[in-house]
Amino acid sequence: MAVEILKEKYRSKVGEVVLGATKDQGGTRSHTITVGGESALPFLHFEGEIPNRPVLALEVWDMVPGEWDPLFEKHYADVWSDPGAWAKKCVEEFGADLIQVRLKSADPDFGDSSPEDCVATVKKILEAVGVPLVIVGCGKAEKDNLIYAPIAEAAAGENLLLGVAELENYKAVTSACMANQHNIIAQSPIDINICKQLNILIAEMSTAMASRIIIDPTIAALGYGIEYSYSIMERARNGALQGDKMLAMPMIGNVGLEAWRTKEANTSTEAEPGWGEQEERGLLWEATTAMAYLQSGIDIMVMRHPDALKVIKANIDDLMKDNSY
Amino acid sequence: MIIIGERINGMFKDIAKAIKEQDPGPVQEWARKQEYNGAHYLDINVGPSSPAPVEAMKWLVEVTQEASDLPLCLDSTKYDAIEAGLKLCKRPAMINSVPAEMPKMERVFSMAAEYGAEVIALAMNEEGIPKDADSRIGLAAELVATADAFGISPDMLYIDPLVLPCNVAQDHGPEVMRTLREIKLISDPAPKTVVGLSNVSQGTKNRELINRTFAVMAMANGLDAGIVDANDDELMAAIASARIILNMDIYCDSYVDVFVQRNR
Repeated sequence: MAVEILKEKYRSKVGEVVLGATKDQGGTRSHTITVGGESALPFLHFEGEIPNRPVLALEVWDMVPGEWDPLFEKHYADVWSDPGAWAKKCVEEFGADLIQVRLKSADPDFGDSSPEDCVATVKKILEAVGVPLVIVGCGKAEKDNLIYAPIAEAAAGENLLLGVAELENYKAVTSACMANQHNIIAQSPIDINICKQLNILIAEMSTAMASRIIIDPTIAALGYGIEYSYSIMERARNGALQGDKMLAMPMIGNVGLEAWRTKEANTSTEAEPGWGEQEERGLLWEATTAMAYLQSGIDIMVMRHPDALKVIKANIDDLMKDNSY
Repeated sequence: MIIIGERINGMFKDIAKAIKEQDPGPVQEWARKQEYNGAHYLDINVGPSSPAPVEAMKWLVEVTQEASDLPLCLDSTKYDAIEAGLKLCKRPAMINSVPAEMPKMERVFSMAAEYGAEVIALAMNEEGIPKDADSRIGLAAELVATADAFGISPDMLYIDPLVLPCNVAQDHGPEVMRTLREIKLISDPAPKTVVGLSNVSQGTKNRELINRTFAVMAMANGLDAGIVDANDDELMAAIASARIILNMDIYCDSYVDVFVQRNR
């Protein structure tokens, strides 16, 4: 007797968000990238559609990232004083789908560069590469609120992904995105209730923005609370598939940043010979963290080590193979 | 809980007058108001004293659909009126209602199969409303089995355990709660459940308080849908809160707004 395989039926799906705009669409990108649209849990192609593959960004800072582990010098030192060249290398040599620009030098403690300087950096990177851009501020809200509007205006038409909006500080970046039709990163501190509330507040400012939100649930690295962020993301995705529209957005995570904060990635081979060679250990820490988040439904991952990106690209190729029956 | 808005009913004077004078104004206003306040279905009832129920039903369905895209719940004991309404519905409708009696079940279930309609099925028969849960569940099983014979899946049925006013038949309360729980064991997929919420408070002084208390208790016992006053804000807030407590919606500070605005 034939066995009937039970398949889960989902009521709803994740919204799709397009990043970037080509010349015809009013921008200058060579192509656009669409994320989201899932109508099933991650890679369960037999239960629904996974229309868009998860995409990988590499980080580009607008200053030499002095806090990064020295092992990154051999990959990036030749370009990291020039954000345009850095972005180009990430795309052409390392195969990044997207670039995430962190305007770290705007930080009053790191250089306090002006909004005009930030605009110039963004323009330079837009000229250097054709991929869609993710732009984030320095992380200090008072300063970031001064740079969102000029960047959004200068890059009008480019359909950026701009961030970050937080519960206590979302109006400036939302207004900047609304006025110039960019997408927005809505960041919550590993808290599903705040995640949903922030999406509602952004949507209340403009219903059109509701379909331009990318959720940043805040992720943790392997060994540093990955299970908390994983379960929040799982809950958000289940909510989205059950019809909760205020959670039905694609998700982004800073995998590289978090993985390269851990002692497992940063401790040198000499300091802990028993842990194996540092670079391999570190990039595997980053890749393993990324693999776990792929299973939570993440749509955009910002990576740091070029070889970790390669490993995850191959992993995504496998996961995107149709397994429907 | 699925909210079936009760207000377009000839029992209310403004609707009766609107039907009589063929004035779509009040009907359409209530359609929009109920949708705005979070209704998922609109109940359509021509009222008990309509001289021409078939024509009145057709008119109500048409004018309601001009004002709202919500699916309709066609409420009548006259099945010709329901069938005339079903023919005009743009979205799959709900039939309200059928008791566990032949030949009424035959008529309603064949109609439901033909039009792809859901059915509110009453746990009562020729002998009236049972006193205890076991007899109600017996009738529910009969309704599920008969519907199945017409090719209607149990989850297309909304079983109404029938609640009596709490000042008249207090002993029915716990029986209704037990019925709501145990109906889910009848079949797989299980039938859904519905109550006409305001019945429970008829003739009492604290109608709204009793209605919303009953609503959240019934939800805790598995209730799926209610024919309710969608414009009772306290009731809608209580239902939204019960959904949070029961882990049916993910909490956020604006959860009440989210619940009532779902259709907007």
